[in-house]
Amino acid sequence: MIHFVILLSRQGKVRLTKWYSPYQQKERATVIRELSGLILSRGPKLCNFVEWKGYKVVYRRYASLYFCMCIDQDDNELEILEIIHHFVEILDRYFGSVCELDLIFNFHKAYYILDEILIAGELQESSKKTVARLIAAQDTMVETAKEEAGSISNMISQAM
Amino acid sequence: MALSGMRGLSVFISDVRNCQNKEQERLRVDKELGNIRTRFKNEKGLSHYEKKKYVWKILYVHMLGYDVDFGHTETVSLISAPKYPEKQVGYIVTSCLLNENHDFLRIVINTVRNDIIGRNETFQCLALTMVGNIGGKEFSESLAPDVQKLLVSSSCRPLVRKKAALCLLRLYRKNPDVVNIDGWSDRMSQLLDERDLGVLTAVMSLFVALVSNNIEAYWNCLPKCVKILERLARNQDIPPEYTYYGIPSPWLQVKTMRALQYFPTIEDPNTRRALFEVLQRILMGTDVVKNVNKNNAAHAVLFEALALVMHLDAEKEMMSQCVALLGKFIAVREPNIRYLGLYCGNCLEENMTRMLLVSDVQDIIKRHQSQIITSLKDPDISIRRRALDLLYGMCDVTNAKDIVEELLQEVICDPHKLSTISLQYLNTAEFAMREELALKAAILAEKFAPDLSWYVDVILQLIDKAGDFVSDDIWYRVVQFVTNNEDLQPYAAAKAREYLEKPALHETMVKVSAYLLGEYSHLLAQRPGCSPKEIFTIISEKLPTVTTSTIAILLSTFAKILMHNHPSDPQLQEQIWSIFRKYESYIDVEIQQRSVEYFALSRKGTALMDVLAEMPKFPERQSALIKKTEDAEVDTAEQSAIRIRSLQQTSNALVVTDQRPANGSVPVSQLALVRMPSQNMEASSTHDQATSQDQINPQDREFSHQNGSVTAVVPQEVHPADLLGDLLGPLAIEGPPAPAVPAEHKDQNLLSTPEATPDAAGPLALATVDDQPNSVQPIANIAERFNALCLKDSGVLYEDSHIQIGIKAEWRSHHGRFVLFLGNKNTSPLVSVQAVILPPTHLKMELSLVPETIPPRAQVQCPLEVVNLRASRDLAVLDLSYKFGTAVVNVKLRIPAVLNKFLQPLSISAEEFFLQWKSLSGPPLKLQEVLRGVKPLPLSELANLFTSLRMAVIPGIDTNPNNLIICATFHSESTRAMLCLVSINLCSSDIRVETDPTDRTQLRITLGSGDPILTFELKECIKEHLVSIPMQAPTPGISPIQPQSPVTPAYNDPGAMLAGLL
Repeated sequence: MIHFVILLSRQGKVRLTKWYSPYQQKERATVIRELSGLILSRGPKLCNFVEWKGYKVVYRRYASLYFCMCIDQDDNELEILEIIHHFVEILDRYFGSVCELDLIFNFHKAYYILDEILIAGELQESSKKTVARLIAAQDTMVETAKEEAGSISNMISQAM
Repeated sequence: MALSGMRGLSVFISDVRNCQNKEQERLRVDKELGNIRTRFKNEKGLSHYEKKKYVWKILYVHMLGYDVDFGHTETVSLISAPKYPEKQVGYIVTSCLLNENHDFLRIVINTVRNDIIGRNETFQCLALTMVGNIGGKEFSESLAPDVQKLLVSSSCRPLVRKKAALCLLRLYRKNPDVVNIDGWSDRMSQLLDERDLGVLTAVMSLFVALVSNNIEAYWNCLPKCVKILERLARNQDIPPEYTYYGIPSPWLQVKTMRALQYFPTIEDPNTRRALFEVLQRILMGTDVVKNVNKNNAAHAVLFEALALVMHLDAEKEMMSQCVALLGKFIAVREPNIRYLGLYCGNCLEENMTRMLLVSDVQDIIKRHQSQIITSLKDPDISIRRRALDLLYGMCDVTNAKDIVEELLQEVICDPHKLSTISLQYLNTAEFAMREELALKAAILAEKFAPDLSWYVDVILQLIDKAGDFVSDDIWYRVVQFVTNNEDLQPYAAAKAREYLEKPALHETMVKVSAYLLGEYSHLLAQRPGCSPKEIFTIISEKLPTVTTSTIAILLSTFAKILMHNHPSDPQLQEQIWSIFRKYESYIDVEIQQRSVEYFALSRKGTALMDVLAEMPKFPERQSALIKKTEDAEVDTAEQSAIRIRSLQQTSNALVVTDQRPANGSVPVSQLALVRMPSQNMEASSTHDQATSQDQINPQDREFSHQNGSVTAVVPQEVHPADLLGDLLGPLAIEGPPAPAVPAEHKDQNLLSTPEATPDAAGPLALATVDDQPNSVQPIANIAERFNALCLKDSGVLYEDSHIQIGIKAEWRSHHGRFVLFLGNKNTSPLVSVQAVILPPTHLKMELSLVPETIPPRAQVQCPLEVVNLRASRDLAVLDLSYKFGTAVVNVKLRIPAVLNKFLQPLSISAEEFFLQWKSLSGPPLKLQEVLRGVKPLPLSELANLFTSLRMAVIPGIDTNPNNLIICATFHSESTRAMLCLVSINLCSSDIRVETDPTDRTQLRITLGSGDPILTFELKECIKEHLVSIPMQAPTPGISPIQPQSPVTPAYNDPGAMLAGLL
């Protein structure tokens, strides 16, 4: 089971966190601090796994971003490594050649997408096409609702 | 992009990004939070759009690592919004901000449920996702049936059903009772026929969880799993979108093989054949390819297949195929595959030991020894750690020398790292790794030493070159080893002498050298440079540079040198005396005391000989080092899947075992190499006793002479013995020191103390111990423990040197639930464990099955359900027996399911109280008694006592400050039915305890309830607690005895007050 997903930038800035096991706010901060120390200092050409407190953290670097997933010791590491890549490919398809900035300004989109890929720390959908279809449907629903809401509130909100 | 609508959010994000430093960022964030807070305060003016925007901002701030302590209500309230966009934001942000234990989640359970059972598919998806991600126990209880319905519904579309499957998985993990196993095996089997691979992937995850918990119920699913695997492996009917780099859903393949690993065997020959065909295809057909993703995915499947083959006891041919593959992986350059190869190699090693194929596998693995050693020098710590584990596991007599040498090299230095980072910047992981290397090197050296001097060489080298990474246990162990092997003593002393020549010496090296020379330097006296005087000179040179703990050892060494000073050399004696005198005023008390005592002792002349005799041999025990590695593994294993899996076990009694043999070896006495010179039982028992006395009372400076033999609680040895005492400490986890046994019982002492390993005790143990079934004494007073537990709900009920029984209770009206925690403190299992509950007539009790064996150092939890039928003070008894070694222990323990546990504090108004009080006309419903000989307690303590008896003390009803009005409801099955006339549905008992201010040992108690039996029993129960106040009640700060108590004399006569009431 995946206990949590963390996206870290090269500088240690958090870009996304998702916790499937209960962690208190303080514990979350500690975990992030410890793992950034452990992972960001690792050079290239090392393996993608780090043993940490009886868990394993599978991570993969894409340009300036580290995608990390924490799993149990006897889980299949390579499978998780490819879940990360699956996630990245879907992000890439959605944003059209995704970069860190996309994820910063559209972090909420990343959350929507992740929710279509993982639930309860397990893989939910392995078809990129299906995920893309579902996200597109969501976007349409939001857009439609916005149009229905009428132009007045739209104008008010634009002014904010 | 879709975000265009939320400009405010984008602006905020870029502002934060543009901040030059952390301080600016903080200011910007604070400003934003302040703004959001004010906006939320007058919520009326907020549009949905604004709410959404603010909630996203809060999530963003939370992600940056700032504490956001508001806005949860607003976030959660969005879930109830009627429109999709708001609802979506509400659900997603809630599941990111809150965790399953958050109170706010309770508020929305109903809304969530409505969304799940409603017709709107998109709402269903949102709700299922959130529950799947953060649903807790309460969600399990209220939502599981609805989620199950969605999963099996034929009208739901796949997108809902796959979410339902994983949501159910979450709910099942939180509360396994929600899935009714009986009904589910057929359903599960149907679900596995699913054609949609998205749904099937989710269902397979659920299946893994279910089957890991109960294989028996799911045998019918086994052929289905094999079918699925066949379909995938042959790429039959797999839609292209479900192939990943040309591989049909690698994830589903992995999951399916994982599920299959839970079945112990596959009986049906057809199914078995089909499965092995598939596995063979995977083993043979996976090649290393260029594309990294394809490669990873293919190997994910391959490694899972390897695990499954090993699990299934395949034919030898297939096994050797696996082993060959592993050999390939260990040698490969790709780091991920090499890491996993090493990891699997270790699993294989363990597995093979089980299957007695060990020699084949070891041969093959050994062929790769040099490659594994190369991995030990890898720049990647993950890989180094794996390599270390594998080397440790594969080490035996044939390769021990090489492996230990390599480990030693690795601890001592690794140049490529030291060149980049200096030692002081070694990060914690690196440091821990070195310590582990040192420890494992020490263990292997001892275990597989071709000769004893080699062992000493290795350890001394280790201490010399890598002292920083050598824990104290390692040097204690070498001392112990040398002490027990006479042949080794001159050699070790000579070695120690050599090391002292070195100019810069690690302090641990000083300690061990000084200790060895103190004990054995007289054996070298004839050699050049080894006269007492020379030894003294070289050791005393170290004195100015060492820390206190080392000084203590050096002083002992000097005292020993002095003893061997024959013929007496007055100059040496004067030198040593002057050191003793100097340290008499040392800042550390221990050092002072030693100096004073050694000085005084050394003037006793020949008596010194007796006192400072050589250390006796140590009893054989498990190496503390091995224990240490086991502990280390326990630490890591604790939170892992192993524990989770054990929590999922079906039996009510759950075994949380923390025992995982370090490398498949049983913890046998590691001193097997020690040749004990002819030594009779008596002598060794004396030694044993001496050591145990040492451990108990290190301050005890008395000399004990027994049977004319010179033994010794030698003051001089106190400190070293202390150190060694830690090493030799009882094997029990928190075991107390062995009780001091009088001299006449010394034979039994050796045989029946838990520390004596069965091996050491020999056949004699059978005879003596059997005669004394209850030779095991409880630790602390059982009655006191019981009394304490009458007033609180968790604590230790019983403890002896083998077992600890803890108890935890929960009470709800007339139901109670205990959990008994039976903990085995030993490193070997407790067997024939039997626990029977003997309930009194007024309690219905049900104890879940207690397993017959408690694994070493494991804890077993046994729930015990209690139902109270009526009021009574009779007690339930737990009859517990177990066997340890040959000793049968039987104890009868009272269970604190006492009357007052079924009380519930009730606070009522004065009006209500008097109404009830007056309606109770007198005996037998209302009773009064004057109690004498009450333990004097201040009023506040008395009030506390009643609170811990689960009754409410209600202030302000009685105007007399010396009177207490106490109120509670009592729950039982019978009174509940009987008293439905009176009030609510429970009987209420009102008690007045009046205190006579002049005499605190006397008080009058009046109490009433709607049930005469209850009134009487409750009175007696309270009496028991008042007349002999249990240990636990008073807090130490306040002196219970206060004859001149600060209570002001009552201006109201309590008697008159009472009369009025009556």
